[in-house]
Amino acid sequence: MSTARHSPAHSIAAHAILILYTVIALFPVFVIVINAFKSRKAIFREPLALPNAESFSLVGFETVLKQGDFLLYFQNSLIVTVVSLFLVLLCGAMAAFALAEYRFKGNTLMGLYLALGIMIPIRLGTVAILQMMVASGLVNTRTALILVYTAQGLPLAIFILSEFMRQVSDDLKNAGRIDGLSEYRIFFRLVLPLVRPAMATVAVFTMIPIWNDLWFPLILAPSEETKTITLGAQVFIGQFVTNWNAVLAALSLAILPVLILYLIFSRQLIRGITSGAVK
Amino acid sequence: MAVEQTTRPPIRWHIAVFLAPAVLIYTAIMILPLFSTLQLSLFSDVGNRQVFVGFDNFRTLFGDPRWAEQFWNALKNNVWFFIVHMLVQNPIGILLAAILSSPLLRMRAVYRTAIFIPTILSFVIAGFAWKLILSPLWGVAPNLLDLVGLKSLFQPWLGKEAYALTTLALISVWQFVGIPMMLIYAALLSIPDELLEAAECDGITGMAQFWKIKLPLILPAIGIISILTFVGNFNAFDLIYSTQGALAGPDFSTDILGTLMYRTFFGFQLQLGDPNLGAAIATAMFVIILIGVSIYLFGIQRRLRRYQF
Repeated sequence: MSTARHSPAHSIAAHAILILYTVIALFPVFVIVINAFKSRKAIFREPLALPNAESFSLVGFETVLKQGDFLLYFQNSLIVTVVSLFLVLLCGAMAAFALAEYRFKGNTLMGLYLALGIMIPIRLGTVAILQMMVASGLVNTRTALILVYTAQGLPLAIFILSEFMRQVSDDLKNAGRIDGLSEYRIFFRLVLPLVRPAMATVAVFTMIPIWNDLWFPLILAPSEETKTITLGAQVFIGQFVTNWNAVLAALSLAILPVLILYLIFSRQLIRGITSGAVK
Repeated sequence: MAVEQTTRPPIRWHIAVFLAPAVLIYTAIMILPLFSTLQLSLFSDVGNRQVFVGFDNFRTLFGDPRWAEQFWNALKNNVWFFIVHMLVQNPIGILLAAILSSPLLRMRAVYRTAIFIPTILSFVIAGFAWKLILSPLWGVAPNLLDLVGLKSLFQPWLGKEAYALTTLALISVWQFVGIPMMLIYAALLSIPDELLEAAECDGITGMAQFWKIKLPLILPAIGIISILTFVGNFNAFDLIYSTQGALAGPDFSTDILGTLMYRTFFGFQLQLGDPNLGAAIATAMFVIILIGVSIYLFGIQRRLRRYQF
């Protein structure tokens, strides 16, 4: 390695830019979370100070937990996300296997058809989706959201998973066939365990947009019983716009679970993006 | 004939079984509604019956003074929203990725993880967090500007017609810069070392190396990012709705196609919702996205030279 490229000045400049941008990226989150733990007076007097013994207050969180049904919203989000994720992974992996493994008439065409949804957003069909959900009585149910998110997640999942399934060795599958395993067993017993890392990547990519979506909960399931946490936080903040403690606390409650999950899975996510996404 | 039939390979039902669930859900929830939305845009509600009206809804949308002004305004705003993303988000993303990919950098994982954090948050959180920070009531932004002696520059940006849209676009850039950063970072990592070493032997280092060797090699990744940004921007809604409301204030200055479609479809205040006109806006968005994707697939992607290592 040439030392010229990595002079100290160079390296200091690099760190300076990265630190500056890291501060820009984290500052808003930081300000929101620290102020959520302060009294109203302290929020306005010294917005950038950390909460101390004098200014510490949980009054915002108390209001949020009293007024909004955040536990229920959280549960709705969790159910919708987990069930959609499961369906996307199961159906997506099955379809990806069929496309990657078998030669049949229309294979390429089917692949293209399923890939359409990567580029064309499902939101454009909202008018007809709502009419369909009204007609089938699914409005204001979690089922409606689960169906929509499953359809939304499938195209990308199939695309990524079929790339990975092409790499599974043919010898292994043929050995299984000689031993008399059915095609279903080959898929579930041999192939699925081998593409587990790809499944994890797809899971993260599918999960984030579902958890964060505002559009479909707003349109398909706005009732109190089916609100997701994203919609719940939006409505709550809209109502309590002048109660700064409550707004900051609600934002923090919405940020923290995602942040914790992200910090646990960030390595997986980043490895997924850097390995498969740009091929 | 009979012989031929018996030698025909048996129908491989398992292929159908593997494909069926995904194809059924995808077709029923995504493709069919998309096409029936396109179809709805050609109908109109006359006395509670759907009547075929041809392109009348589009004539209303593009020409009727009540609608045309809103539609063209939303489209113009949407184009500006996209331009800000392309001019700010992608260069910052490329810069960060180029720095991150330099081989001797320490603490790389920390920076990567931290800079990606805004991307995992929802629009609602990002929008409100910035709304609070930029609020003149709270004074975080003016205080910060005061620290560098620029307090006089402070304006309630989200409340001013002239600045609101650009401010929102920059908030969206702040949130999503992680995606171009990661994709370009991945593309830079995939450049083989031999190539860079050969360049160094020829005396091409530093900035020259970036412009002459690396940039041409990451052009396909930049292409993918541009089209992802295009589709995302022309389909945006959440950020504007959660910070400025369905009316996309002040005075519609932040109205984009997504919010216009929502208002038209559901109605607001005194105006009744009109599903057919909403479908017409969705169709217009569909056509715009289709044109963008086609330009990318047939115009740009094919011309980009791809290098096989």
